[in-house]
Amino acid sequence: MARESALQLVAIAKRFGAVDALKGVDFELERGEVHGLLGENGAGKSTLMQIAFGLVKPDAGSVAVGGRAVRIGSPLEARALGLGMVHQHFTSIPTLTVRENLELAGWAEGPARNAGGVRETLARGLDPAALVEELTVGQQQRLEVLKALATDARVLLLDEPTAVLAPSEVAELLGLLREFAGNGGSAVLITHKLEEAFAAVDRVTVLRRGMVTYSGAIAGQTPASLARAMLGDEPKPDSGRSPPAVPGEIRVRADGVDVRAGEIVGIAAVEGNGQRRFLRAVAGLEPADDVSVSGPAAFVPEDRTVEGLIPGFSLTENLVLGASEDPRWSRGPWLDWRAAGARTEQLIEEFEIRAAGPRAPARSLSGGNQQKVIFARALEGDPAVLVAENPSRGLDLKATGFVHGKLRDLAARGVAVLVYSSDLDEVLALADRVVVWYRGRPIPVAAGASRDEVGRLMLGGQ
Amino acid sequence: MRVAPRGAVLGWLLPIGAAALGLAVLAVGLAGLGYDAPSALAALWRGAFGSWYAITSATLVRAVPLVIVGLGIAVAFRGGALNIGAEGQFYAGAIGATWVALLLGSWPPLVGVPVVLLAGAIAGALWAAPAVLLKLRFGVLEVISTLLLSFVAEALVSWIVQGPLQEPSGIYPQSAPIPAALRLPTLPGTRLHAGFGLALLLAVVAWAIFVRTRWGFWLRAVGEAPRAAAVSGRIPVDRVIGAALLWSGGLAGLAGAIEVSGVTYALYQNLSPGYGFTAIAVALLARLNPLGVIASGLVFGALEAGASGMQRDAQVPSVAVYVVQAVIIVVVLVAVSRARSARTLAAT
Repeated sequence: MARESALQLVAIAKRFGAVDALKGVDFELERGEVHGLLGENGAGKSTLMQIAFGLVKPDAGSVAVGGRAVRIGSPLEARALGLGMVHQHFTSIPTLTVRENLELAGWAEGPARNAGGVRETLARGLDPAALVEELTVGQQQRLEVLKALATDARVLLLDEPTAVLAPSEVAELLGLLREFAGNGGSAVLITHKLEEAFAAVDRVTVLRRGMVTYSGAIAGQTPASLARAMLGDEPKPDSGRSPPAVPGEIRVRADGVDVRAGEIVGIAAVEGNGQRRFLRAVAGLEPADDVSVSGPAAFVPEDRTVEGLIPGFSLTENLVLGASEDPRWSRGPWLDWRAAGARTEQLIEEFEIRAAGPRAPARSLSGGNQQKVIFARALEGDPAVLVAENPSRGLDLKATGFVHGKLRDLAARGVAVLVYSSDLDEVLALADRVVVWYRGRPIPVAAGASRDEVGRLMLGGQ
Repeated sequence: MRVAPRGAVLGWLLPIGAAALGLAVLAVGLAGLGYDAPSALAALWRGAFGSWYAITSATLVRAVPLVIVGLGIAVAFRGGALNIGAEGQFYAGAIGATWVALLLGSWPPLVGVPVVLLAGAIAGALWAAPAVLLKLRFGVLEVISTLLLSFVAEALVSWIVQGPLQEPSGIYPQSAPIPAALRLPTLPGTRLHAGFGLALLLAVVAWAIFVRTRWGFWLRAVGEAPRAAAVSGRIPVDRVIGAALLWSGGLAGLAGAIEVSGVTYALYQNLSPGYGFTAIAVALLARLNPLGVIASGLVFGALEAGASGMQRDAQVPSVAVYVVQAVIIVVVLVAVSRARSARTLAAT
C-alpha cells in the first residue's frame, strides 16, 4: 500500500527571542498511523505542533496537509483542513455543560465520516447536560479529545494528553487512538513517557534542542536508544535506595498514615480523591484536626508558576518569599536585600541553577531550574517534613532525576518525605511505602503489592 | 532592588512621549473644532508654569492631593485591591477633619493640626472599612463597593453642609471656616501649603516601605500572585489586602483633611474636582511606584492648573484637558500590557 502523507512539515524554524526553539525540523505524519513525538521539555515538541495547528507562526519552513501545500494562519483554518488538537491544558469552560462546550468547538452532528466509532465511544461516558466543572479529570480529558474531533478531524494532535490520567485511563485513551488510526485517521502523540510510545505508536520522531535526532519506526528501538536520542547521552539509572533499617520517629501522624523520619511515603491516587487536601494539611496550609506534625514542614506545590514561585519576582525575592522572617535578612520590619541576594547567589551555585543571576525573574528559568529554586528554598528552613505534590510534573528526564535524587537525599538525611504523584510509576519508584488515597480516605497497601494491585485500589477495587 | 523590574524604554521615555502625544491630540482636536490651538496651548502652559505664582499656587497646590491620594491608590493596587472609591474616602477625610477642627476650636497648632489631619486619615480608613469587610466576608468586589461608597460620601457631604455642619448664618451650603490656628502654614506670597512637603515625605516613606520592609514585600507578593503568597509565602493574604485597603483609604482621607486645612478652610460640596479619580491615573502613570507618583502627580497637577488657565485666557472648556489625561493613560496601559504579553509569549 502506498503511503499517504497526512501532515508534512518541512524545514520548520522558529525563534523566540534569543532561543532557537526549532532549527529546521522535518516531520511527516502518514495516514493511518499513530506517531510519537518525543523529547525533553523545551525540545520544541509543543511549538512544532502549535505551528501545525496555526497557533504559532513559523519563521521559515512549509506545511502540507494531505500532500497539498497550505498556509495555516489560525486554529480555525487548521480545523477547516481537518486538523484537531488536544492541548496540554484543559480548554473547556468549567461553568458550561458538556454539550455547550462541544458546540463551542464547532460540533458537527450526525455520524462522523472519519472517527465515527471513536466519537461514539468517547461520548458514551459523558453526560451532555453535565457541567464541565463537575466532571472528573479523566472525563474532562475525554471531552478534550471529543472536542478535537468535533469537526470530524482526520488528523489529531495530542499534546501530553496522559499527564493527568490514571493508568487504566491512559490505556483506554491509547486504545482509542489505535482505533482512530485503524479507521484511517492519523494522530500525533506528544509525550515524554517512553512506555506510552512503545505501547501505542507506529513511528516516532525525537526532538532534542529543536532538532530531529531520530525519526522512523519504533520497532527495533529500545527505551535506552530513544532516551539517548532525547538526552544526547546515556541517562543515569535511578539509584535505588533501601528504606531505613531502623524506623525513625514518627513525624506525621494522621488517621491511617504515619510518616517517619528518614522514609519516603508515596501517595498514589487518581485526581480528585482528596489527596491534595491532605498534603496541604500536613504542610500546615489548611486546618485539620486529625493531622499532627512535629517540626517544621516544607511544601513543594505542583504548580510552580502559580503557587511555587512568583514569576515576575527575582530569584532573591522568591527566596525571601519562602522565608521572609529568616534572621539572616530580616531585622524587625526591615528586609536586607543584599544579604538575601548573597544567599541566593550561593544557592544558585550550590544547586547548579541555570539563571542569569539572583536578580533574574523566576519566569526566565526553565521548569527544571524553577523546581531547583523551590527545592533550594524549601531546604532553607531545615524542614523536618517535606511534602511534595507532583514534584516532577512537566519536567524533563534530567530535571526529574534531580528531583528524585533530592527527595532520596533528604530522606537519607532524616527528613520525613511525603510525596504524591499522579504518575503511579513515579510513586512506586520513589516510595518506601505506598498509601492509596480514595474518596478522601487513605487505603493501606500491602508491602510488595504489584503495580496492578495498586492501580486497582486507586480505582476503588479491593 | 527595584520595585518593578521593567524595560528601560518603559521607564521615563514612555510617560513623556505619552504626554506629548496627548498634547498633540488636544491641539489637533482644538484646531478641528475651530479654536485657536496655539494660543490655547500657550494659555495651558501659562496656567501651569507661566509664573512663580502659577507654579506654586496652581500646579503644586493641585499636585498635593493627587500625590497623596495617588500613593493610597498605589498601596491598594500593589496589593491587588482595586480601590476605585478614593473620591469618597477623600470626602470622608474632609468631613472628619472639618468636624474635629470645629470641635477643637483654638488648640495650639502644634497639637491641633496633627489631630485634625489624623482625624481625616481615620475617617478615610473608616470609609474604606465596609469595603474590606464586604470583600473578606462575602467576596463583594471592592471595585464596586468602594465606588458605591463614594457616591454615599458625596451625598453625605451635601447633607452635612446643609445640616449639622452648616455655617451659623444658615445661608450657604458650606461649613463655618475652621479656626486659623488649625490651618496649614503657607509659603509667603503663595497658596502653597505645608501639605506639599508632607506629600513628598509620604512618597519617600511609601517607597521605603514597598522596597525595604517585610510588609511592603508581602503587599507586593499578594498583589502579584496571591496563591503563591499564601502557599509558598504563608502570608496572611486576607489581612494584607484588608490593611492595604484601609491604608489606601487613610491616605485619601488625609488628602481630604489637608485640602480643608491647607486650601479651602471649610467643607463644601464639590470640594474635589475629582481628585480621587484622577489619582488613579496618577498612580497608573507612575506604574504604582511611589517616587513616580510624585512626578506623575506634578504632571496631572500641571494639567489641572493649565486647564483653568486655558478656560480663562482662551475660552477653551477646561474639560478639554481630559483628552490629554485619557491619551496618557491609554498609551501607558497599552505599552505595559504589550510588554507583559511579549514576556508571556517568550516564556511559553
